[in-house]
Order: sequence, then structure tokens, then C-alpha cells
Amino acid sequence: MSELTRAEVERVAALARLGLTSDELGKLQGDLNLILEQWAHLADVDTSSVPPSAQTILQEMPLRDDIAEASLPADAALQNAPARSGDFVRVQAILSEEADG
Amino acid sequence: MSGASLRRLTAAQLRDAFRAGSATSRAVTDELFAAIEHEDGVLGAWLYLRRDEALAEADRADARYATARAAGAAALNELPPLLGVPVALKDLVNLTGTPTTAGSRILEGYISPYDATIASRLKSAGAVILGKTNMDEFAMGSSTEFSAYKKTVNPWGIDRVPGGSSGGSSAAVAAFHAPLSIGTDTGGSIRQPASLTGIVGLKPTYGRVSRYGIVAFASSLDQVGPFARTAYDAALLLHAIGGADAHDATSSRTPLDDALLNLPNGDAAATAIRGKRFALPKEYFVAGMEPGVEGAVRDAVATLEAAGGVVEEVSLPSTEHALATYYIVAPAEASANLARFDGVRYGASKHGGGDLLSGYLETRGRGFGPEVRRRIMLGTYALSAGYYDAYYVKAQKVRTLIARDFDRIWSAGFDAIVAPTSPQVAWKFGVKMSDPVSMYLADACTLPVNMAGLPGVSIPCGLSEQLPVGLQLIGKPWSEAELLRISAGYEALTASAPWREVMPHDLSKLGGGAS
Repeated sequence: MSELTRAEVERVAALARLGLTSDELGKLQGDLNLILEQWAHLADVDTSSVPPSAQTILQEMPLRDDIAEASLPADAALQNAPARSGDFVRVQAILSEEADG
Repeated sequence: MSGASLRRLTAAQLRDAFRAGSATSRAVTDELFAAIEHEDGVLGAWLYLRRDEALAEADRADARYATARAAGAAALNELPPLLGVPVALKDLVNLTGTPTTAGSRILEGYISPYDATIASRLKSAGAVILGKTNMDEFAMGSSTEFSAYKKTVNPWGIDRVPGGSSGGSSAAVAAFHAPLSIGTDTGGSIRQPASLTGIVGLKPTYGRVSRYGIVAFASSLDQVGPFARTAYDAALLLHAIGGADAHDATSSRTPLDDALLNLPNGDAAATAIRGKRFALPKEYFVAGMEPGVEGAVRDAVATLEAAGGVVEEVSLPSTEHALATYYIVAPAEASANLARFDGVRYGASKHGGGDLLSGYLETRGRGFGPEVRRRIMLGTYALSAGYYDAYYVKAQKVRTLIARDFDRIWSAGFDAIVAPTSPQVAWKFGVKMSDPVSMYLADACTLPVNMAGLPGVSIPCGLSEQLPVGLQLIGKPWSEAELLRISAGYEALTASAPWREVMPHDLSKLGGGAS
């Protein structure tokens, strides 16, 4: 596996929605390449006839009965919201006026 | 602090004293808060204390004991075993009205609006919930040094780490600030700190304990479990929190083993070792293991053999791939789980200055600490287009091989695997902080167990350089009672061993509340 370039590290940070400084990106590039080196030997493991396991214990993941239950009251659900408007979380507008219509 | 103080009693001893009327939950709870007040400036185990609520819970428990005593022995026996017994929660367990930070700035100021299932189960069991303990941010770390809030020290050496990520919970129990605490274990975060602080820590089978209301790290690996100072106590706490939960589809309907409430102790426990078959995996004696650790573990194995246990060396060949596999799967799942921290619905928020995207970037870039960022980056990369098959799918296939290794051990008729928990005793602050790979290696002996979903327990088995060493017992799925029965047997066999006389530092003599 090849080394991660600075551009690739920036791309991954953008995908992860992490706003990082130039210094932080530089340090991460070094750390990630060090860690990726440790992953390299996995490529040599023969898994051609091995199925993947998402987990290895649970035989079933039962659903509960489809009966309505009381949910968290709106005030409790909203108590941690950074901004609130009535019974809603207030968010930044995502559509500009030009985008209308 | 008198030598006969209540704070040193085990949960089982407290239960018996409460039933007999020779101690009250209020007296114990008072004594624990006094100890915390005087010593936590040094220890640093606690992030939040709920003194008033805990004392009210203690008073309610004492009233129930008084009523039951008046009604007779049958009424006393019907009371739940943890009634009035104090418990600490790792700060990623939601408990209504308390801050839940998961050790992260991104959850600073967050107040839980609901109870995790294990919190409501502890409440209905009548336990006294003292507060919340320090941890590595989002449970990512092996030393608790990645907490965004404070340093937790090891009561066995205050220049040393308590292990992690559940280091606050392990330090609190080791320092007699609580008889019991809750941790979570994704790659060793209960067993490794238990080993480094000289206590018992159990990671149950995947699915044994509900994760509803627990801040998620890696959902195919995370489990919740107990810390205690004896195997018997760990069993009581597991029984109180375990079992199916309609709020968690990954909690198993396999019934909880009621044997957890009746573990043998003393001679009866010691004789339970006879005839047990133990597998000793050679791959767990890893390069870099400290000789004192290896010596203590091999002595413990010899003790089991001398008591009639049968020990055979075995091979778990995929062990060498477990570390890499874990450090693909866990960060990948973490990167998905932690996507929810966007500054919109709860938690720290940096929205409002620019556009929506810059709000996300700023909230997450500033809110997460260095190790969490590292893992999110690793996980995002491993899941990104072009790399998903090479990394994530490959790791899921190797996970199958790791699980098959363990299956072969159970098919061969072994009762448990015995191994070291940590290749090292507690290390000094700072020595692994600049090298992520050396920190990751600290979990080499524990994380294969998470990859296979199996139960594992760490129990004290001696000292190296005057610091605790843990013996790890790994079992087949749902064998927690058996693992704890063997643990209780080992405790009985070593009850008068010289190393058991050595205690952690008495923090009340180490400079009080100064920090």
C-alpha cells in the first residue's frame, strides 16, 4: 500500500468534516502513514474463501413489537439544542434566495 | 481514616452489613464522599458527583432494609443484592439530569435527558449512584490521558497511568472511592485498566448487556461491564445490568445466568478449579512483554495446575493480525458513529459564523481531541471509495479467522483460555503519548477477544515492580458465570499469598485535595 499524500489527507479530512489547521494535517499525515504500515501485512492473509463477519455472536437481532410508546417529550429532546425555535431545532438556512424556484 | 472503615468493604460485605443492620448505606455513602473530597484532587477519577441524590437513594435503601428487618428474614432475602450499594458510572452512561461528556469537549455542557438502560436497572436495583468517572475521549485510549478534562492517576503509583479508557472507573474502585463501577470495553478498556490498578474487570459477551443510552464508539465491539474488587462482586453487578432490552436490538435474549448470584467462595470456590481445562495461547506472550508480568502470569497458571486444573499450550495463529484488524474496524465504525456530532442538535456548536459546511468543519475540528481525530481520519479513509474492500472488508474477513481460532479451542473441550491481560504494568505519564502505535500495542492481548465477541475477565494475579499484574480468563459465549467461578477459585487459592498484603497508596496521606 502506498503512502498517503498531503492531498489525500486533506481529502479524508474534508470527507470527515474535520476543519484542521495546516500543522494538524501535517501531524496526521505522519501518524496515519505510521499506522497504515501496520495494516500492510493484512494484504498477505489468504481470505479468498473466508466470508466477512460484521459480528460473530448474535444469531438474531429481534425487533420489538410494533406498538407505539411514549417518546422523549419535546422539551427534554430540545434541552441540549444549541438553538431552538418553538418545538424545533433552529438550523442555519441551507437555501439561498437565488436557489428558490 | 480508620482501618475498619466502611469504604474498604466489598459490595457483598456491605449487603450483609445492611441486612444485619450493622451498617447503613448513608454511613458508607457519606464516608465515600468524604474520601473523594479529600483525595480526588490527587486521584482525579471523578468528573461529576451527585451527593444529594446519592444520599437520598441511600436513605431510601436504609428505610427498605429497616422495614424488611422488621418483617423477618424472608423479606430481607427478597431485597435486591445491590440495594444501598454505591456504584460509579463511566462518563458515557446517560443518567437523567447529569452531564455526560464521554471525556470530550464536544459534549461539554450536555445534560442527559434520559436514562441508559443500565442506569435505570441500577436505579431499580436500589444501587446508590455516586457520580461519573473520567475516561479517554470517546473511550479511545489506553491510559485515560486522552480525557479532555483531567488527569487520573493510578493509586499504586501517582506518576503512573490507571489504564484506559475506563481509567476513572478503575482508579475509583482501586482507591476505595467506590466498591463497584461501570466501564465499557471495545478493545480492552475494562480489562486493561483493571489489570493496571489491581482489581477485577469483566467484559461480557457481545450482546450480554444493553448499550441503549451508552455513547457509542464501535458498535460491533462495544460492551458494558463491571469493575469490582472481587469476582463475587463483579457477578452481582453484571446480574443487575445484564439481559435483553427492547431498546437495544443487539442485546441478546439468551437468559442471564442466575448462578451469578450464587458464586461459591472460600474452599468451595477453590475446589471448582479441579478438572477444569485451560488453554494457554503462546501468541499472547508477545514480544516486549515485561518479564515480571510474564512471571506473575506463569505463576498464576502454575497455581491453577496445582489446584487440579489441566493446562495445555495452544496456538491462536490469527492473533498476529488482530491488532491491524481492530484498528481498521474500530475506527471505521467510530467514524460513522461520531458523524452525529455536528453541532446542530446537541453538544458544542460553532455554527452561525459562516455557511453550514464551515459550521460542521469548525464544530468537529475544534470539538474533538487529537486521538479521536486520528481515529475518525483512519476510519473515514478505510471506508472511502477505492479502499473499502482493501481495508474494511478485508478486516471483516480476518475477523472471521480470529473467531474460528477461538471456536477450535472450545471444540477441543477447553473451559477457558488463560493469558496475560496487559503486556506491561502501569507506565508513567507521557511515555506513549507521542507514539500512537505503542499505545495501540497496549491492547494486543485484549482486543482479539472483542473481535470474537467473547467474554473476558482480568483478575489480580501478583505484582511486578510493586505494581499490579492481571491474569486474563477468556471464555466461550455466555460463560461469564463460569469465568467468575474460576476467578473466585483463584482468589480463594491465593487468599494468603504475600502479594495480596500489598495495598495501593493511602491517598489520604498524599497531600489531600491539592492538585
